[in-house]
Amino acid sequence: MDNQYVTPSGYKKWSTGLMIVGGLTLILGILFLNPLAGAHGENVNGTRFWAVLLQNSIFWLMLVNIATFFIVINTLAMSGWQEAFRRVTEAVSSLVPIMGAITMVIFLCIVLGHRGDIYPWLDKNAVAHDAVLNGKKGFLNPAVYLIYSVLTIFLWSYWGKKLRTLSLKSDEEGPMNYETAKLFHKKMSGVSAYYVVFFVVTMGSLIPWLWLMSIDAHWYSTMYSWYTFGSSFVSGIALITLFVIYFKNRGQLEFVNKEHIQDLGKYMFAFSIFWTYLWFAQFMLQWYANIPEETIYFKVRLQGPYEGLFYLNLVLNFVAPILIFMKRATKRNYFIVTFMCILIIFGHWIDFYQMVMPGTVGQHPHLSWFEFGIPLGFVGLIMWGVTRFASKVPMTPRNNPFIKESIIHIV
Amino acid sequence: MIKKFVVGSFEDEKVLFAAVKNVRRAGYKIHDVYTPYPIHGLDKAMGLRETSLHTMGFIYGITGTTTALSGMGWIFATDWPLNIGGKPHFPLPAFIPITFELTVLFSAVGMVWTFCWLCKMMPGVKKHHFNLRSTDDLLTMVIECNDSSNTAEIESFLAQNGAIEINTQEAEEGWWFGRYDKEQKLYRTEEVGVGD
Repeated sequence: MDNQYVTPSGYKKWSTGLMIVGGLTLILGILFLNPLAGAHGENVNGTRFWAVLLQNSIFWLMLVNIATFFIVINTLAMSGWQEAFRRVTEAVSSLVPIMGAITMVIFLCIVLGHRGDIYPWLDKNAVAHDAVLNGKKGFLNPAVYLIYSVLTIFLWSYWGKKLRTLSLKSDEEGPMNYETAKLFHKKMSGVSAYYVVFFVVTMGSLIPWLWLMSIDAHWYSTMYSWYTFGSSFVSGIALITLFVIYFKNRGQLEFVNKEHIQDLGKYMFAFSIFWTYLWFAQFMLQWYANIPEETIYFKVRLQGPYEGLFYLNLVLNFVAPILIFMKRATKRNYFIVTFMCILIIFGHWIDFYQMVMPGTVGQHPHLSWFEFGIPLGFVGLIMWGVTRFASKVPMTPRNNPFIKESIIHIV
Repeated sequence: MIKKFVVGSFEDEKVLFAAVKNVRRAGYKIHDVYTPYPIHGLDKAMGLRETSLHTMGFIYGITGTTTALSGMGWIFATDWPLNIGGKPHFPLPAFIPITFELTVLFSAVGMVWTFCWLCKMMPGVKKHHFNLRSTDDLLTMVIECNDSSNTAEIESFLAQNGAIEINTQEAEEGWWFGRYDKEQKLYRTEEVGVGD
């Protein structure tokens, strides 16, 4: 390949540097935040350590997994426009196993360390004396949690890997004719169909309940999974768009033009509204019904230390995207799209922060060195993982049967 | 206003696109191109400006939002305050669904009417048909003429560019309410009167 992507040394410095920052923060956290001491009440710093790790690992894992989901839905819908930047999406999705492994280690530490301050249902005494937690025992227990998490992360990684392998094989096999293209698409949609069904019982329902909603184990919301999915979907698209723009600026992705960027912008615009719709549906019913055991979830977020974040969340994730992305011209402007991608990822990181923190560290939230150092490490990891994949493969899937559709794509 | 038009009809999109390009380059004024189905990129080829429909949609939407919020705010907080479940008199979250509905209603209905206005199409509104087959299987390009236009020259130019049906018509360029037969008859008598 004459136009093979080579990672520039400046970029490598940045990704390594960010990973080192993340690693150092982790080490300093272990030294100063006392994460291994018990989970009983007073040890706020220890709780903070695990809550931050939990928030970031889940957030970034869901983000990179959305890349697989994006390939899957576009394959199933036979929409060809994604093929021009398909390798970028694949590069992001290649991080699922790595992120999954990190997340799994953190889950194991939390569950096997009996961190009752993170998940109240891990505390056996509390469960025995609590009618609500006792009633949920069949679902909220370490065995279900760990087995289902392992299964989820394994199958997300496995089917993602399979899709990437199939797609990469098409580069070596040369141009397709009608029959081979049909077979190729059939194989792709077969894997995609398995994945999308599994996605419904993971991301669409059980996984957000287990990983995030069970932090506030007494409370429940039927909107929660879709709301979490909306949050991760819009920021996942933002992540893909950021890398599409990066690779375009490096002289790769010859077939990507403003039409593709505009469509990605439309995705972010639409799913910002989708996220708001779910967020509001969850909020308004409980606010209106005003039943104490339900409103307690919003009371801690609306009154006290989280009040600012609660409104910032709405401004960043609803007001900003809907006003800025409304015009066609802004969705076609590389600078504004880049800015909005970063804003959206940050906004939904804040969203995940306010999902995790009130139920764990309670009235003592921090937003300082540890909270920002850990996500920087994850950002460095994503930067490294994406270019690791991209520097090994041709960036345009030339033999993909849908590539022509992507070249002539007009919004 | 009654004007003179040279009408050329095409059978093939490819021929039409080339013809549109050539006609514009030659400096003739395209009145409109009538096609039985939407054709991608034809608006760009004809050099039409981007529609202002979506800007109007935004304005209608904002109007709807303002109407809903100020209306409900005035009714529930100023004119007739009621205690509903101990909620504040201006409960914003409870007003959001209605605000949303009114925003959608205003922008949707407003944009439909604006669309009708921009296209000059509405129940009861009549426009001259340059070629009836442009609603079926022909792509009809209409070139507007002025007093100094040489219609014969334009017709031969269209023929060179692949038009299969060419003629010159004198017709009302705008729209009118009423019936086709009556109105069109009216033009003819008027035309005769002016000509003599």
